[in-house]
Amino acid sequence: MTSQPSEILRVTDLRTYFPVRSRGIIPRTIGQVMAVDGISFSLNAGATLGLVGESGCGKTTAGRTVLRLVRPTSGKIELDGQDITNLSTKELVPLRRKAQIIFQDPYNALNPRHTVGKIIEAPFLIQGVEPPGGVRRTVQELMERVGLNPEHYNRYPNEFSGGQRQRIGIARAVALKPRLIVCDEPVSALDVSIQAQILNLLKDLQDEFGVAYLFIAHDLAVVRQISERVAVMYLGHVMESAPRKIIYTGPLHPYTHSLLSAVPIPDPKRQKERSRILLEGDLPSPLNPPSGCVFNTRCFQAQERCRVEVPPLVEVAPGHEVACHFPVATPPAGGRVTPVQLGDAAAPEAAAPGA
Amino acid sequence: MSQSVDTSQGIGRNREAYLSVTDLVVRFPSEDGIVHAVEGVSFSVQRGKTLAIVGESGSGKSVTAQAVMGLIDRRVASVSGEVWLDDEELVAMPDEELRALRGAKMAMIFQDPMSSLHPFYRIGAQLTEAALVHQKLSKSEARSLAIEMLRRVGIPAPSQRVDDYPHQLSGGMRQRVMIAMALINSPALLIADESTTALDVTVQAQILELISTLQAESDTAVILITHDLGIVADIADDVVVMYGGRLVEAAPTNRLYYAPQMPYTLGLLTSVPRMDRERVDRLDPIPGNPPSAVNLPAGCVFQPRCTYSDRVLDGACLTANPDLIAVEPDHYVRCHLPSDERRRIADGVLASLAGDPG
Amino acid sequence: MFLLLFLLSLTVFFLFNLLPGDPARLTCGKACTPAIIEANRHRLGLDEPAPVQYVKFVTGIFVGRTFSPDSPKPIICNAPCLGYSFTRHESVMSLITRSAPVTFFLAIGAFIIWIIIGISAGIYAALRRGRWQDRVLMTISLIGYSLPSFFLGLLLVFFVIIKWQLLPFPSYVSPFENPVQFTQTMILPWMVLAALNAAFYVRLTRNQVLETLGDDYVRTARAKGLPERTVIVHHALRAGLTPIVTAAGLDLAYLLGGAIITENIFSLPGLGALAVNSITDSDLPLIAGITLLTASLIIFANLIVDLLYAVIDPRVRLA
Repeated sequence: MTSQPSEILRVTDLRTYFPVRSRGIIPRTIGQVMAVDGISFSLNAGATLGLVGESGCGKTTAGRTVLRLVRPTSGKIELDGQDITNLSTKELVPLRRKAQIIFQDPYNALNPRHTVGKIIEAPFLIQGVEPPGGVRRTVQELMERVGLNPEHYNRYPNEFSGGQRQRIGIARAVALKPRLIVCDEPVSALDVSIQAQILNLLKDLQDEFGVAYLFIAHDLAVVRQISERVAVMYLGHVMESAPRKIIYTGPLHPYTHSLLSAVPIPDPKRQKERSRILLEGDLPSPLNPPSGCVFNTRCFQAQERCRVEVPPLVEVAPGHEVACHFPVATPPAGGRVTPVQLGDAAAPEAAAPGA
Repeated sequence: MSQSVDTSQGIGRNREAYLSVTDLVVRFPSEDGIVHAVEGVSFSVQRGKTLAIVGESGSGKSVTAQAVMGLIDRRVASVSGEVWLDDEELVAMPDEELRALRGAKMAMIFQDPMSSLHPFYRIGAQLTEAALVHQKLSKSEARSLAIEMLRRVGIPAPSQRVDDYPHQLSGGMRQRVMIAMALINSPALLIADESTTALDVTVQAQILELISTLQAESDTAVILITHDLGIVADIADDVVVMYGGRLVEAAPTNRLYYAPQMPYTLGLLTSVPRMDRERVDRLDPIPGNPPSAVNLPAGCVFQPRCTYSDRVLDGACLTANPDLIAVEPDHYVRCHLPSDERRRIADGVLASLAGDPG
Repeated sequence: MFLLLFLLSLTVFFLFNLLPGDPARLTCGKACTPAIIEANRHRLGLDEPAPVQYVKFVTGIFVGRTFSPDSPKPIICNAPCLGYSFTRHESVMSLITRSAPVTFFLAIGAFIIWIIIGISAGIYAALRRGRWQDRVLMTISLIGYSLPSFFLGLLLVFFVIIKWQLLPFPSYVSPFENPVQFTQTMILPWMVLAALNAAFYVRLTRNQVLETLGDDYVRTARAKGLPERTVIVHHALRAGLTPIVTAAGLDLAYLLGGAIITENIFSLPGLGALAVNSITDSDLPLIAGITLLTASLIIFANLIVDLLYAVIDPRVRLA
């Protein structure tokens, strides 16, 4: 299957494994962290795909692999119709104009020894682009566009607040008007009152430049705000992928149901009336994921088949894909749900409180 | 309706509450000037109830908690006001006496469980250490107590896990260990400072449920410090909103969410993306940035970001810090706007938040 | 580690052979004729090809060696044979074992003193950070760090022994024989070595404690209501111990090989003095033997320090 013309990114069966080496005189590879274990998705030009999941689900690794900041183990990445999976570093340089990244931590993403002007200028200088009116003028216009004072051109990052630093990072990312920006948790480290400002800014820039976003986040409310499509990841797999409205109002995967019910909503009466699914236990280790469906150890409706057979990601409705043997529209009516214990999954030693 | 939220301005302590804080002020000297971390904050919590302190960076919420616990180095910072824990006053108390209460009558858990546990000691050792410093127990009694606490917080196979090192546990487990460590001496007050911020949302739900359960079992007073309005709606009975070191609104949870009065609270409720409301294309953010604690604006601390300050006559917002006034018996607001004006604004904004999620 | 030891032995061996001077010539003395030199060369096995000499050298370390076995007077050097000193007519090993205890007591005594002073002062400076006590301690430690050992040593000898006559001239005697004289002899050298080294540990400990005091688990320890002493020693210091242990292990190993200048000033017949004499006498086997020994000590110390990491930091263990 090849890329459609309006697709800016297509990822097919992408896998990124990190080897784990033993210490000692002669290091051997004793295992692999299967951070991304066979995901496929596509992103249309000018659109936003939200990649959501908890820690260890592989979303950050996926974002970095797509930009070739991390080497993929197998699979295919097509950027604007071009297969970039195996390009050398040198060949990738011109593609950096098309695809950029915004990082999570505004305090670590900027070189503290460079002035703001130098930071935002860098893309022009590296790619050898001379914008009309000169680099400095353009940088100052960019600063204004993202809500910074252009007179602060010569200031250093430590003179800015977290939100302002993130704006600098955004200015740097949009400088060359890329077609794709991977946003890796861009608002997680910001104050709540600033998050809304940055989300608005990202939306405005998208409307203005037609850039596509791969928006990676763990905050479901934020993802809902900015994405047209959402893909839910768990332990390196895509569990469900659908248009935004469907994911939030009509999900089919048990994990999506669990995730949505775990997010507290700022409305006391409604929050207390909600039926909640409380997942037991912690995430399995990505070094040793469960067999079959990776979610089966915590799933409230897992059955024997789930332990044995990996469910493929299939389209159950137009644009709606689910990786589950028994997709369910209405989850059980709340309270604590103990996952169905299968096979050799050890039972917890003592009953959990309140059970 | 609880009586958890108290009056302030030095009127006096709430004798029914387990913890009563009156006019707490904390200031640090720094290279750039005096940092006004906490400026005259008052609140109280009763046993069996949960108070949420809501604020962003620079609001002073963490410093307030640390001042209550006596973790502020008084040789460096100046702490004044009154903190009544049960029947003892803490601000004037000598350090040694305060230390005896810390971990015994009041306990605190922090944000990052990965770095909050000592990496070199087994969790059993860290738990027994917490018990032995306050209780007269033998080593084996302390160890049994530690195992029992691990079981209570839901750690599977506690008698084996007790000898694990922190790095062998996951984030959620570690936070449970922190809770076990805090509750091992059965304190009547538990302070949780952003304790679920670093956790995944499914784990967060488990931890909040655990705290609620343990609270019900032991009638513990809980103070939850957070910036997440969802968590507050979930388990708090009363809320106190802090901004720029000041208390700007205090009310029982329902009142705060359905009839907020202070523009900052209103801004918080309406500017965050909400899953329970219809999606809007553009959010309505609070303009500007949180204040620097060194150069607090004169007048109302929220004024530089307030969209309604022009509705106040003779520019009082710029010159005078508003007093904390009671709009209802347990609902306090610090704002110059006339109360009917505030109510109108609040009703208008909340109504504009569309109904069911779309 | 074994690779290192192998390379070490090779290096020592080649240095021994590459040094100017003919080893056979040096065995001779004044009444020397070329015939005697040749005879000696043959007796000592120095006319054999280099690799053979090397192998004999290395095997000698494990099983002992006999020089000129087919002559009427074979020289037997028992295992571990680090060589035979022809000028002193004794095996290197026995020379070393005679001098080693002196150096051992010197090093250990000074080590204990400087660790106690260094770490306590370091903790104190960290707690009084920025204040006058901190500044004074840092200044003193800077001075101590920069003072050459002979300067301090000579100063002490001049004032304490000669001028004020508080102590007699140092004359080494085993502590089991005469503990009082032993202490009187060792006290000044201990102070010299301790002064120099403590300075480094004051700074190192201070930095480590300052760093770990800001960590979250220290805040947790305080929140538990632990006494401040426990917080500082058991939580903060313990967490920052690794670089201190590294430095201490290597410093001690280095000293055990002989504190040359200090031993010289205080006339202590230790390994340092032995090493100096061997150089002035051009006693090549002895030089080679001492070099091999001290270098091996450092290598072993590295290994032990590595193992200690695992004891201190459990995260290192499970790999």
